[in-house]
Amino acid sequence: MSDAHAAPAQVPYDPHFGEATGGKVGMWTFIAQDGMSFGGLLLAYGILRITAIDWPSPVAILGINLTAFATFLLICSSVSMVLGVDAAKAGKQKALVFWLMLTILGGIGFLSIQYYEYGQLLHHGIGFAESSFDYNDGAGMVPINNLFGSTFYVVTGFHGLHVFSGVVYLTCILINSLKGKYTQGGISYSPVELVGLFWHFVDLVWILVFTFIYLL
Amino acid sequence: MSHDGIHPEPTSFWRKHVFSVDHKVIAKQFLWFGLVWLLIGGMMAMMIRWQLANPGEPFPVLGALLFPSTGGVIQPDTYNVLFTMHGTIMIFLGLTPVLIGCFGNYCIPMLIGARDMIVPLLNMLSFWTLMLGGAVGFYSLLVPLGASEAGWTGYPTLSTTVGAPGSGETLWALAVFLIGASSIMGGINYITTIVRLRAPGMTWSRLPLTIWGMFFTAILNVLFLPVIGSAMILLVLDRAFGTQFYVPATMIDGGGGDPILYQHLFWIFGHPEVYILILPAWGFISDFLSFFARKPAFGYRVTVGAMLAVTVLSAVVYGHHMFTTGLSPMLGESFMLLTMIISVPGEILFFNWLHTIWRGSLRLTTPMLFSLGTVFVFGLGGLTGLYLATISTDIFLHDTYFVVGHFHLTMAASSLFGAFAAIYFWMPKMFGRMLDERLGKLHFWATFIPLTIVFCVMFWSGYAGMPRRYYDHTYLEYLRDLQHLNVLTSAAAFLLGAAQLIFAFNFIRSRWWGAKAPTNPWEVGTLDMAVPSPVPYYNFETIPTVVTGPHEFSNPAIPDGKDWIFQTEPLADRAAAPTDPSAQPAASH
Repeated sequence: MSDAHAAPAQVPYDPHFGEATGGKVGMWTFIAQDGMSFGGLLLAYGILRITAIDWPSPVAILGINLTAFATFLLICSSVSMVLGVDAAKAGKQKALVFWLMLTILGGIGFLSIQYYEYGQLLHHGIGFAESSFDYNDGAGMVPINNLFGSTFYVVTGFHGLHVFSGVVYLTCILINSLKGKYTQGGISYSPVELVGLFWHFVDLVWILVFTFIYLL
Repeated sequence: MSHDGIHPEPTSFWRKHVFSVDHKVIAKQFLWFGLVWLLIGGMMAMMIRWQLANPGEPFPVLGALLFPSTGGVIQPDTYNVLFTMHGTIMIFLGLTPVLIGCFGNYCIPMLIGARDMIVPLLNMLSFWTLMLGGAVGFYSLLVPLGASEAGWTGYPTLSTTVGAPGSGETLWALAVFLIGASSIMGGINYITTIVRLRAPGMTWSRLPLTIWGMFFTAILNVLFLPVIGSAMILLVLDRAFGTQFYVPATMIDGGGGDPILYQHLFWIFGHPEVYILILPAWGFISDFLSFFARKPAFGYRVTVGAMLAVTVLSAVVYGHHMFTTGLSPMLGESFMLLTMIISVPGEILFFNWLHTIWRGSLRLTTPMLFSLGTVFVFGLGGLTGLYLATISTDIFLHDTYFVVGHFHLTMAASSLFGAFAAIYFWMPKMFGRMLDERLGKLHFWATFIPLTIVFCVMFWSGYAGMPRRYYDHTYLEYLRDLQHLNVLTSAAAFLLGAAQLIFAFNFIRSRWWGAKAPTNPWEVGTLDMAVPSPVPYYNFETIPTVVTGPHEFSNPAIPDGKDWIFQTEPLADRAAAPTDPSAQPAASH
């Protein structure tokens, strides 16, 4: 919160929202809006795919195994995030720093895999605006519905942007936790909880994206 | 606790007036921004009406300045730009900043008893993102091939590179995206502030209805602007990066996109947007009618419930904008049914308003006149909505001036009247000066009468078949016979436009030279009326403790023989002074 002149007296107790901090209400509201933007893009993907005459099978084109590993990595980073929030609640600074670092590593790992995946796909002809694919090794490029590539890059790219922002956000929290800001007891752990909410959201959305774009 | 958290006021010009985080300064920035754009958008409306009344004649005075190459004649492509940008500007850069940006920012902390928004910095960013969006929108008017010509809805294929080759359309989409981002930032701030920063004792049932309206608007903003954000991202990618999300297969070899997809995404946002604009106005007038009838708002809880119902229903009726697109008839019928259901909470609100003023001691001040005007024009607009919600009549009336008249009365005229009511009402608290009442009343009547004529005659000509967006309808014989109606509409529209000069004069004059405002100019009890005018930097010296509802008027339990009471003052012992049960505050939880 900007300390300019906000200082909103005390936050009164509210029977509906209990002791939730402003940050928590704000983060949930933000997550709702972010969910709707993913909703818009996934809806577009769904409509385009259903109305298309020739939508290629994603399983044949995308490397499911590699992405499944990336998904596993992201889920693991969600677990380390939970342990980080627990450590912050318990006031254990070293544990907090450790779990935050692990979470960040998970995010970076996911992004690296996505980077590699994009490179491979571009190399195999799945472009942003024009797509073609070599189904049988060396038999030649077959043009495929160009919306396959477009929707793929837009949806996964939008998610990748979220992972990237999450990593930056987590890094800021990490720097502050090195200074011991979040392990002073009381609700000082709350910013860690907020970054956790965001990180779990990014993770949850990926499960949907992975299902719709890769598996179905 | 009294002076906790009061920080010294910034002293530098930039921090105080430009990059201020004070919600009251930001509210004023939004107000000026919105008023300037309302002027620009209104001017465009005048040009549209001029072309419809006198096709091919040069637009007087300004025409020669704006279109020197044609001697002031509005060309067909310019006409397309005019009606497109008129809609976009009025909705996104005019009404949204004034209704939501200005009064959301001003009212929320003041009426719930907070010193500022919960994240003042985000508030400032919201304004500057809007500023950027406005700048992009304005710049798009100057690029080669002109600004967007695809209508304010920006439907593909009109808005694809085939239909709109210039960069104007891309800039339009970017501007809408930026303005949406700004509204989302504001919305998150509003919701969180209302949930967390209410003063002690300000229970949900003691909130002024203005805050309820703002709360529901913020929820709709937060949930549905992201959807148009995604739609705009895809449109920009289509236009600038060669994707074909909206380009149908027949247009470009190898395509396969779906222009209808855009309509879905657009209207998923577009229909809630109507309520985003009208809910704040509903909130204002629900309060003002009670304030100036000196009676409690009738059915406080039911009013809130009806607003909630409208908020929820607004999310599931968007298909009624696409009846002629070729929806499945089953889907169309469900949308028709759901749309009709909206009229139920709409009517509840309407009857609550009528009941609020029924047998009240009406004080016909300017804000009250504009509130009554809102009720009237919203009634007209709402009734005609039923014809458009019914598929069989909608197919006949679709894309005619009947539609134009309908949505102008509901989302434009009612919202604008609500905004004017709020400006006249809160001007004394915001700027510390009263707006001139006599000019205000003149402004009301000079606006209200022509406005009713403009849009009611549109129903007439639209029913007779006058299509919207035609550059020169006199080419068609059957429309030539409607010319007298168009001339009448235009004449009234020019009067309506001229009447706004009264407001501009009144606003500018009163802002600097008006009568100094007393602390409580309207004798109402909301929290903002207990602090000096203009409101000091820190709003409340001590955060107030609220003990009564916002609409305690003419309650016999009010001490001192007044007919109003501050929300911080307790009513006299009720056992001693038996009261009319309907005058009790809405019970708290």
